[in-house]
Amino acid sequence: MNAQLNDAELAESAKATEAAPATTRRDAASIAALHDAEAADVHVSVDDVDLAAELTGADASTTASPDVAEYAMRLGDDALILSQRLGWWISRAPELEEDMALANIALDLLGHARSLLHYAGTATGRSEDDLAYWRDEHEFRCAWLFEQPNGDFAHTIARGLIAAIYMQELYTALSASTDASLAAIAAKSVKEVAYHRDHAVQWTLRLAGGTEESRARMLVALTDTWPYIDELFRDDELHERLGDVAPLPSSLRAGFDEVWSAVLAEAEIAERDYVNPKVGHSSGGGRFGNHSTHLGPILAEMQVLARRHPGATW
Amino acid sequence: MTLTAPDASALHPDGDDVAELQARFDAIIEADQRIEPRDWMPEAYRKTLIRQISQHAHSEIIGMQPEGNWISRAPSLKRKAILMAKVQDEAGHGLYLYSAAQTLGISRDEMTEQLITSRARYSSIFNYPTPTWADMGAIGWLVDGAAICNQVPLCRASYGPYGRAMVRICKEESFHQRQGFEILLELSQGTPEQHEMAQDAVNRWYWPSLMMFGPPDDESPNSAQSMAWKIKRFSNDELRQRFVGMLVPQAEVLGLTLPDPNLRWNEETGQWDMSEIDWTEFHEVLAGRGPANAQRIQHRRDAHEQGAWVREAAAAYAEKQAARERQAA
Repeated sequence: MNAQLNDAELAESAKATEAAPATTRRDAASIAALHDAEAADVHVSVDDVDLAAELTGADASTTASPDVAEYAMRLGDDALILSQRLGWWISRAPELEEDMALANIALDLLGHARSLLHYAGTATGRSEDDLAYWRDEHEFRCAWLFEQPNGDFAHTIARGLIAAIYMQELYTALSASTDASLAAIAAKSVKEVAYHRDHAVQWTLRLAGGTEESRARMLVALTDTWPYIDELFRDDELHERLGDVAPLPSSLRAGFDEVWSAVLAEAEIAERDYVNPKVGHSSGGGRFGNHSTHLGPILAEMQVLARRHPGATW
Repeated sequence: MTLTAPDASALHPDGDDVAELQARFDAIIEADQRIEPRDWMPEAYRKTLIRQISQHAHSEIIGMQPEGNWISRAPSLKRKAILMAKVQDEAGHGLYLYSAAQTLGISRDEMTEQLITSRARYSSIFNYPTPTWADMGAIGWLVDGAAICNQVPLCRASYGPYGRAMVRICKEESFHQRQGFEILLELSQGTPEQHEMAQDAVNRWYWPSLMMFGPPDDESPNSAQSMAWKIKRFSNDELRQRFVGMLVPQAEVLGLTLPDPNLRWNEETGQWDMSEIDWTEFHEVLAGRGPANAQRIQHRRDAHEQGAWVREAAAAYAEKQAARERQAA
């Protein structure tokens, strides 16, 4: 009883109201001071300091070669578009805890996307925002899986499960890249993707083993999403040229299959439960700029404001 | 130390006991110490807290919508990340606060039900629409700024779980306010169109943010008791004055104008003189006739109803797992 409010905490929270700038000068120094004040303020959950740190993997003064840039753009676009999709759920999730979890995953992915696009941009003198907001649909390099609609919660989980298993295999292998920037980004991302995978696995088990309705929905979702797996593991000439910089996508397949089978086995789902033999694998040509019909509207929404104000900063 | 166990006899003790318990309760309040969930408390104190904490939680949850509206269109990836983190924080605040309210004997389901059937209130500020990106700045600077002024004193609220939840929330709110200020600063110093966007948003949010402190002191029905119980520490008008005092120099830095031609410091009274607040609008919005009231509740109800099968699945799965474990044991 009667626990006293920790004085230090109280002082800190009281300080919070005063932390906003009281200076009346509009010069650069005062704005810089504002940023410094923020930097010194360590109790904030996500601030500029954290966000800058997310870019450190790619922050070295290294410039990506055209091939490495193309590769980084593929990975960056995957993460960006999936993050954009997941952002929709915030305030619409089945329970508050899921609003938070899905937002968390979306934020992690956005962080990966920013690092990767920043690095990709160094090859052509473009910023992460130049790449995100000023490329047209055919210039995006994401695979079709990431463009798929949220659907119901089961579809979001099925897509997330495939994405997270794939990304975990990918980033684990990429951590050993001979390209230091890619290796650093991958090493940071793999830890976060492990959480995403756990989240998707848990929900797959719950939905498959929950009620009759949830199991039926989970199976529909797997049937709808399964065709987009293959595209993720297709090798092309870029990978041949990259050599030790990046793993061959096909080399990741065995690891993916192992986890995928284990999860579905635990969920008591057999291949015949979700694979429709009449529906083949998607022709997915995302890596070459040929996209599903979904990408156009996603980009239209994402880019609308930035494009309304060319040259503006935000 | 706990005065009584939270069983039925403790909640409905005899007359003599009540007098003694009331005296101890009063002494705790008087000594500026904390009431904890297992302590005896007057029923009216409990009800007031449930009302206030659950309204606060609902406000956080409904407050996710006006900003969530811009996550998909945020004009840079950095801004998108900050906005997403901010809306996520709001969900977190809602969770802390629902948990604090639950310690007073109300369930989260009950509170959710009250919200989606429009039987519970939430801050009417969230019934205003967010038509432009600059609204993200104005909400952060003005709405979160007003919230901080209201909430920092609540860190010392006499009810322990509420005060502690507020400490965590205030830390994050200060970041929210700064990011709002930063958005406005960037816009104000940007292109003429961006500057205009910022000024327009400040024009629209200034008065509603002042109304967040509630009616003037002489018309505030619940304030006196809440102050006596040390749930509330400063009056509505005191906090409003403090807030305006904070805004004036910041508006100057922003290069934006606060939309009140009569706003000036009065040396004599030591107060800010300002135009009369249009309380008719406040009461309209409070009565649910705000522009977005129905839409906000509908959004919440949709999320809740469409998520029902997911929550049922999770519950059914947990039950099956527990049964399996019992069998194995």
